[in-house]
Amino acid sequence: MSKLLKSLLVGTALTCASAASATELEVTHWWTSGGEAAAVSELASAWNATGNSWVDGAIAGSGSTARPIIISRILGGDPMAVTQLNHGRQAEELIEAGLMLDLTDVAEAGKWKDVVVPPNLLDSCTVDGKIYCVPLNIHSWQWLWLSNKAFADAGVPTPANWDEFIADADALRAAGKVPLAVGAQGWQQAGAFGVMSVAVAGKDAWLAVNVDKDADMAAGPEYAKVFNAAVVARDMSKGGNVQDWNQATNMVITGAAGGQIMGDWAQGEFQIAGQKAGDEYECLPGLGVSAMLDTAGDAFYFPLNKDPEITAAQKELAALMMSPEVQVAFNLKKGSLPVRGDIDMSSANECMQKGLEILASGNILPSGDMSLSADTQAQLEDLMAEFWSSDAMSSADAQERFADIIDSAD
Amino acid sequence: MSVVDHRTAIAGPAKGKPNRLTKNLSSKVAAIPMILTALVVFVGCTIWTIVYSFTSSRLLPKGNFVGLDQYERLWGSSRWLISISNLMWYGVCSLVLTLVIGFTLAALLDRKIRFENTFRSIFLFPFALSFIVTGLVWQWILNPDYGLQGVVRSWGWESFSFDPLYNPDIVIFGILIAGIWQGSGLIMCIMLAGLRGIDEDIWKAARVDGIGTVKTYLVVIIPMMRPVFVTSLVLIAAGIIKLYDLVVAQTSGGPGLSSQVPAMYVYDYMFKAQNLGQGFAASTMMLLSVVIILIPYIYLQFKGTSRG
Repeated sequence: MSKLLKSLLVGTALTCASAASATELEVTHWWTSGGEAAAVSELASAWNATGNSWVDGAIAGSGSTARPIIISRILGGDPMAVTQLNHGRQAEELIEAGLMLDLTDVAEAGKWKDVVVPPNLLDSCTVDGKIYCVPLNIHSWQWLWLSNKAFADAGVPTPANWDEFIADADALRAAGKVPLAVGAQGWQQAGAFGVMSVAVAGKDAWLAVNVDKDADMAAGPEYAKVFNAAVVARDMSKGGNVQDWNQATNMVITGAAGGQIMGDWAQGEFQIAGQKAGDEYECLPGLGVSAMLDTAGDAFYFPLNKDPEITAAQKELAALMMSPEVQVAFNLKKGSLPVRGDIDMSSANECMQKGLEILASGNILPSGDMSLSADTQAQLEDLMAEFWSSDAMSSADAQERFADIIDSAD
Repeated sequence: MSVVDHRTAIAGPAKGKPNRLTKNLSSKVAAIPMILTALVVFVGCTIWTIVYSFTSSRLLPKGNFVGLDQYERLWGSSRWLISISNLMWYGVCSLVLTLVIGFTLAALLDRKIRFENTFRSIFLFPFALSFIVTGLVWQWILNPDYGLQGVVRSWGWESFSFDPLYNPDIVIFGILIAGIWQGSGLIMCIMLAGLRGIDEDIWKAARVDGIGTVKTYLVVIIPMMRPVFVTSLVLIAAGIIKLYDLVVAQTSGGPGLSSQVPAMYVYDYMFKAQNLGQGFAASTMMLLSVVIILIPYIYLQFKGTSRG
């Protein structure tokens, strides 16, 4: 018994000793694909360079797999020190329940209000005037990635917009390619649909449906056009048979597919594969129709912790994540846009420059995560999963159910 | 402990009528933790879940009651209806096929064949694998490019087509195959034990009367094995209701929503969609279906004891 006690005491002493020299922070996130892992190691090495230590808690699978695990750990009283979440409404209730660390003093010291562009990023971290998360990057869904090789094999020039792309579908089929790669997961299908609705129905209709939850607009003629476009896209995606988004991106990289509608995180995959924008692949923001980007992104939240030492380290890491050096290093690897408007991104590639231009011009939309609750998004994903998987659902049926979901959205 | 026992043993008969509360007091005291666990953890949490299924709770449970709204939405959701119909198909087929296959295998083994032990181990072996492993194994076997279809095509039968997991209309049967492969071995063992419990004299009497083997099984043996069948039935039914990991491993509900099951709906809405109320409503419906299965079971059990 006394032996056990002794070893326990020694153990505690050791932990105390190590805690005094460097604070370990456990960081959970779902960045596991090649480009993402490269980006997160930038964060880790920046943090380790300060003498602290980064305990990586990567959760494999997409955000929809990781989020339940993260949230149940916080609710279960075993919070990690730092966690990734998409800013917006996902953490709304956790903040209201007082489970998140208030970062307002860090934000004021770092003048986040002045440097974060666009300002709605910080707004979605703010509850009752207090700031609870660090926006790390901006990701937008509105990109069409095209494989120059696939179009060359099919003997047609790489299209410059969505309509030309549709027109080339037959040529791609004839060359044995899948025209449009779509991973068979609800979030990817719902995302692609969202991109098409901005491009086809226009910004005003999109805002009316997604922000004002206007069910009449969702059932109206503008959105009927979107559903017709989605049926065309569904035909173009047949024969893909892939699940994960990076497998679908890989089809574009290898030229097995003509294109993919996917957020700018796909860029990291092209980079890892050693491809260059303009040479091997092309990117069309807003499907080449309307240059409009939403401003979703990743943010880090710091669950409330009893240990004052960890709290201090949490604030230190929060400040580090917003620092210009980390912003540049991280976002170049990740293929995303930085949240600071005042840093030099001239080393970014062609696609990122296009994105930066659009951001600077102010053609931005709120992200789905900001305007729709997780519940509504899950219903939309269910609908899209059903719609894309077989021809059984007509565009009119799908639109009717879409309008129902928007009608009941909160 | 033994002192208490002793005293009650003496005091009981002295009063003439044994007090039911103090009878076997020590074993009752010993059972208190279990009774409390059962009441608080099982019954208590069940009631809590049912109560909160009438609220509009999102990420955290909240007490704003909305009546039957969650249930109305549940039964209006096509995903839930698909889940229910999948579970019905899976349930009926799995119940019938597992019982038939399990009993047939047991009857064959019971004919005093050679290498019985070997066969028994082979048939029981899949049960030792978890559903996740079973699901992954069958996902590969049923994969059109690498699995069965690919092999048969490489033998020269180019038009052969067998890809249940990629066909929304029959995907649930692809899952059924894996479920039966995993589950029928256990049922076989239970049936075999039941068959071994049948008195040799019954067989001798049947032979004297000139009744054929198959007919003896159907008319004499099966009715005698009622408790064994009831046990198997409950085991299979419980397996059906909680069907989840097999689907996750094989198709994760796809293609589209075509292989969704109720347990996935509960999980997804409670945690991914952050809508506890909806998840609770769905799990309450699942509880209801379990109760519907349990009542006939209790009834059958009760009938059995009162008669014997």
